[in-house]
Amino acid sequence: MGKSTTKPNRAQIFTNGLIKENPSLRLVLGTCPTLAVTTMAFNGVGMGLAATFVLICSNIVISALRKVIPDKVRLPAFITVIASFVTIVQFLVKAYVPALDSALGVFLPLITVNCIILGRAEMFASKNDVLSSAFDGLGMGLGFTFTLTLMASIREILGAGTFFGIQVMPKAVDPMGIFITPAGGFFVFGALMALVVFIETKTTGKPKKRSIGCEGCPSAGSCQSKGECDK
Amino acid sequence: MENNLIVTSSPHITDNSSTRKLMGQVILALVPAFAASVLIFGTDALLLTGVTTAACVGFEFLYCLLMKKEQTVGDLSAVVTGLLLAFNLPSTLPLWIALIGAFIAIVVVKQLFGGIGCNFANPAIVARIVLAASFTGRMTKYAFPSSYAGVDALAGATPLAADLQAGNVPFLDLLLGTHGGVLGETCALALILGGVYLIVTKVISPVIPCVYLGGYFILHFLYQFFSTFTPGATFMQNFIYAVNYSGDFAQLAAAQLLSGGILLGAFFMATDYVTSPFTVKGKWVFGIGLAIITFAIRVFGTSAEGVSFAILFMNLLVPYINNLTRQKPLGGKK
Repeated sequence: MGKSTTKPNRAQIFTNGLIKENPSLRLVLGTCPTLAVTTMAFNGVGMGLAATFVLICSNIVISALRKVIPDKVRLPAFITVIASFVTIVQFLVKAYVPALDSALGVFLPLITVNCIILGRAEMFASKNDVLSSAFDGLGMGLGFTFTLTLMASIREILGAGTFFGIQVMPKAVDPMGIFITPAGGFFVFGALMALVVFIETKTTGKPKKRSIGCEGCPSAGSCQSKGECDK
Repeated sequence: MENNLIVTSSPHITDNSSTRKLMGQVILALVPAFAASVLIFGTDALLLTGVTTAACVGFEFLYCLLMKKEQTVGDLSAVVTGLLLAFNLPSTLPLWIALIGAFIAIVVVKQLFGGIGCNFANPAIVARIVLAASFTGRMTKYAFPSSYAGVDALAGATPLAADLQAGNVPFLDLLLGTHGGVLGETCALALILGGVYLIVTKVISPVIPCVYLGGYFILHFLYQFFSTFTPGATFMQNFIYAVNYSGDFAQLAAAQLLSGGILLGAFFMATDYVTSPFTVKGKWVFGIGLAIITFAIRVFGTSAEGVSFAILFMNLLVPYINNLTRQKPLGGKK
C-alpha cells in the first residue's frame, strides 16, 4: 500500500467522480440510497450532501492514518472512522434540519455502510496522500449528490408534479404515480445509466472497458482469476 | 423473416406465412371485439382506438428512423399492439394518457429491448400496468354503456367488482358486453368469436387459452365448493351440502370467466408468440400458471389487475419454462 509513484493530477481526480467514474451511475455503488431516497428532490440533495461530508472527512482521516492502520484490521478501522462522522452528521441534521431527518429515516445512519464511502476508503484513501483523497472525496461526493438530485427531480416532477415541494406541473396533468414507486426508481436509474454511457460514447468515441485493476480491487486477495480483468 | 438460409433441425417445412400475414389475421380476429366496443361505448372508443393505434405505429416508425434501424412498421405488429392497448383502457381515458401508454408499449417495452421478437413481456400488458399504477383513478373510471337511457355515461363497478349472487348472474349482459369495463373486455361473445377464428386458422395454439380458462374455472369452482365446508359437520355432510349447490358454483365460476379481462387476456395477450413458451408442455405450464395467479389475485387480492399481473409474471418466466420443457431431438441422449 501507499506505493503510487506517479504524481496524481488533482483536477482529474476531482472530475473523475462527476461523470467518468460517477459512483452511482458508472461504478454502481450505493444503489440503496440512490433508489430509496430519491422520491423528492429535497431528500436527494440532503442525502447527497450528508454523504459528501462523511466521504470527504473519512477520506482525509483514513488517508492520514493509512500508514498507522495495520492491513489486517483495516476494514473495522475504516468503519469506525466512517461511523464517527456519520454520527456527527446525524446529530447535525437532527438539530438543524429535523424535516430532512424524518424524511431520510434509517438511510441517514446507514451512510455508515454506504459502499461508496467504504469503497473510496479502500480503493483510494488508503493508497493516496491526504490532499488527493480530499479531492477524490469531494468529486465522488458531488457526483453522488448530482446524481441523486437529478434522479429525485425527475421522479418528483413526473411522479408528484412538484419540484422541491412547489407545484410545477399544471393541475390538469395528473402526476404519473409509478415514478414514486420502486419500479419507477429502477426505470429512471437505468435510463440515467444508459444516458451516461451514451454521453461517454459520444465524447470519447467508444465505450471504454472499465477496469480498476487488481491493485484497486477489494476482493483481489481471494480472487481466483487474478489479472483476467485487465486482459 | 425473409432470410433464405435458415438453419434448423428437420422437418424442413416451409410455407408462405410471414409476420405481416399473421398479424393481419390477429387484426381480423380483433374486429368483432372492436365493433362491439364502438357499439357499446360510442365514438369515444373509436377515437381512443384510433389514437393508440396511430401512436404505436408512429412511435415505431420514428424510433426505427432515429435509431437507423430496419423499418419494421410494415409487419403490422405495432397495429396489433395499438389495438390491444386501446382494448385495455376505459373509454373515458384522456387521450394524452393513451399516448403515454403507446410510448411505454412501443418504445420502452418493445424497441429498447430490441424490437419485435425481443420484448420480454407483452407491450400492451406492461403499458396497461404502468398506466394503472400511475393513474389508478382514471384507469378505473368505467363508462356505463350509453344504452342506459337518460344518462350519458355513468361510472360504476364492473360486474366482477360488484358482488354477484348465484341465480341472478346477468349472463346475457356479460355475453353482449352491455356493462362497464375497459373497451375490449366487455363483449365476451365478440372475444370468443375472435379467439375461435384464431384457433381455427391455426394462428394460435388452443393450448394456452383452453388451459388458462379451464384451469381458472376448476380452481374457482373448487374454491367455492370447499369454502362452504364448516368444521362442525362431518366430511360427508359437508360434501353432500356442497354438491347440492354445485350448479350455483359453476354459474359463478362461469361468470368470472365472462367478466373482466380474462377472455381478452387468454385469447389475445397470453398467446403472443414472443412471450409464450414454444413447446406444448411449456404451454400447459404457462396456462396453469396464469390460471393460478389470476385466481389468487381475484379471490384473495384487492387489485383489479389479476389478468394483467398474471400475464406479466408468466411472461417473465417464459425463458425458464422454455429451457425446462425443451424437446429432446429424436435419438438424442437423455
